[in-house]
Amino acid sequence: MNAQAQALLAARPDLVAAARWVAQGARVLDLGCGDGALLRYLWEEKQAPGYGVEIDARHVIECLKNDVNVLQMDLESGLSAFADGAFDCVLLSETIQAIHQTEQLMREMLRVGREAIVSFPNFGYWRARLQVACGRMPVSAELPYQWYDTPNVHLCTVADFEDLCRRLGIRVLERLVLHGGKSVTRLPNILGSIAVFRLGRGVAPPRTP
Amino acid sequence: MLPRFDIAYETYGTLNAARSNAVLVCHALNASHHVAGTYAGDPENVGWWDNLVGPGKPLDTDRFFVVGNNYIGSCFGSTGPASINAGTGKPWGADFPLVTVEDWVAAQARLADHLGIDRFAAVIGGSLGAMQALQWTLSFPERVRHAIVIAATPRLSAQNIAFNEVARQAIMTDPDFHDGHYYDKGVVPRRGLRIARMIGHITYLSDDAMMEKFGRALRGKSGPGFGFDIDFEIESYLRHQGDKFASYFDANTYLRITKALDYYDPAADCGGDLAAALAGAEAAFLVVSFTSDWRFSANRSREIVRALLEAKKIASYVEVDAPQGHDAFLMDDARYHGALAAYFESIDL
Repeated sequence: MNAQAQALLAARPDLVAAARWVAQGARVLDLGCGDGALLRYLWEEKQAPGYGVEIDARHVIECLKNDVNVLQMDLESGLSAFADGAFDCVLLSETIQAIHQTEQLMREMLRVGREAIVSFPNFGYWRARLQVACGRMPVSAELPYQWYDTPNVHLCTVADFEDLCRRLGIRVLERLVLHGGKSVTRLPNILGSIAVFRLGRGVAPPRTP
Repeated sequence: MLPRFDIAYETYGTLNAARSNAVLVCHALNASHHVAGTYAGDPENVGWWDNLVGPGKPLDTDRFFVVGNNYIGSCFGSTGPASINAGTGKPWGADFPLVTVEDWVAAQARLADHLGIDRFAAVIGGSLGAMQALQWTLSFPERVRHAIVIAATPRLSAQNIAFNEVARQAIMTDPDFHDGHYYDKGVVPRRGLRIARMIGHITYLSDDAMMEKFGRALRGKSGPGFGFDIDFEIESYLRHQGDKFASYFDANTYLRITKALDYYDPAADCGGDLAAALAGAEAAFLVVSFTSDWRFSANRSREIVRALLEAKKIASYVEVDAPQGHDAFLMDDARYHGALAAYFESIDL
């Protein structure tokens, strides 16, 4: 593992989970892939080929520098560029809270991918609860924005997200709740600041929009 | 059939010992092999992609050996309708065959043989040049490592063909056209060429870009002239572009290039399935489009990208939010050139 990949994994503990759950040689799609570091890591460590989707022009250029496949597209308009079942795993790292068409994207992820890995900041983390209890919108390392300049439109808790999965007929295969890079097993919806879910298609195929 | 042909080319930079750093640049309708730099004593004649190609530029000639070429049938040095047909001793004129994008690529492959290039590090082009880059990956899959396909379409739409047909009709109905044999009559179908170019220019610019550049400004007068002389700046611009074009471009070439564009459809042999057509391609692809391009819109590029994904090819797609329309591929935009620079940097030699 190169130094850059190590630094990435240390800084983004949710990606540790992603790296753990992606199989050797899997075809991956990373939605909101940023500078492509995760794709680079998955290619070097797991020979997993894939594509990233990114809207930000600066990130797209970073991806090209990182020599990963990047597609400059808007996630809000769906994943129509991708065929059913084109990927083994679709990744959505700390992006879902900024998506408007959340349900559509969740369904689409499991249309184009056999599995999905979704991570997000847990709004149920005790510090967030405390800040709200004290009459303020939460601001933290995971949620660093003020209410008036945040790109986040759909914040949720671990329990909220599980409700949505149930409603969409999406199966939770594994769940990892983290704080400070460590796994939280006791009261995860209170003590964990980041949640990572490994999702699969439910018994009934997810409805297409 | 052409018994023989010349192909004009220019090179920039140095071919490395491994012959692994060659990049072929393909031009669009009215450009030539003169891609970058200037000639001694002619500082005005700057290469058409000089903002992209050169030492330290995105396509860095300190690192890459860049080959510009003039495709056959054109009028800048390669054999074309204005060239002498050895069989008759006269210009080919209307007897010059209709060459296709596939023919251009086959001719370029012979140029590569001549230069000792087995495999290009990249083939790059915009618009019609992008079609050549795409065709390279199909005609000679083992000879292209990267295809950079900019402001492209996998096939012309009915509207695209319609614009081409109006341009051709303008030329062919010009009394000076003489069924394509105008060379020995000492005339050129200037009026037709002017109109063809004016139509072309309208499609190269976005509505917004045209409004921004010219608006409704009047040319040298305070009010409308209530006549048919030039009133608006845009009229002056189109007439100027038309005159300029008619002074250097060959009408028979224009007819043939637009036909080559109309006919190009790599998916046709696969029942319209572009992904199937691309199955044999070995290159990695970079597809670039511009949001304001309505001649070959971003949707056409997304069609190519979808087909590449379906065919499981290595591919990246950059959609530049540029205002200029189709012509944006010739502009120096930080996001566009930044992406190309990053892509070229990532190519191993």
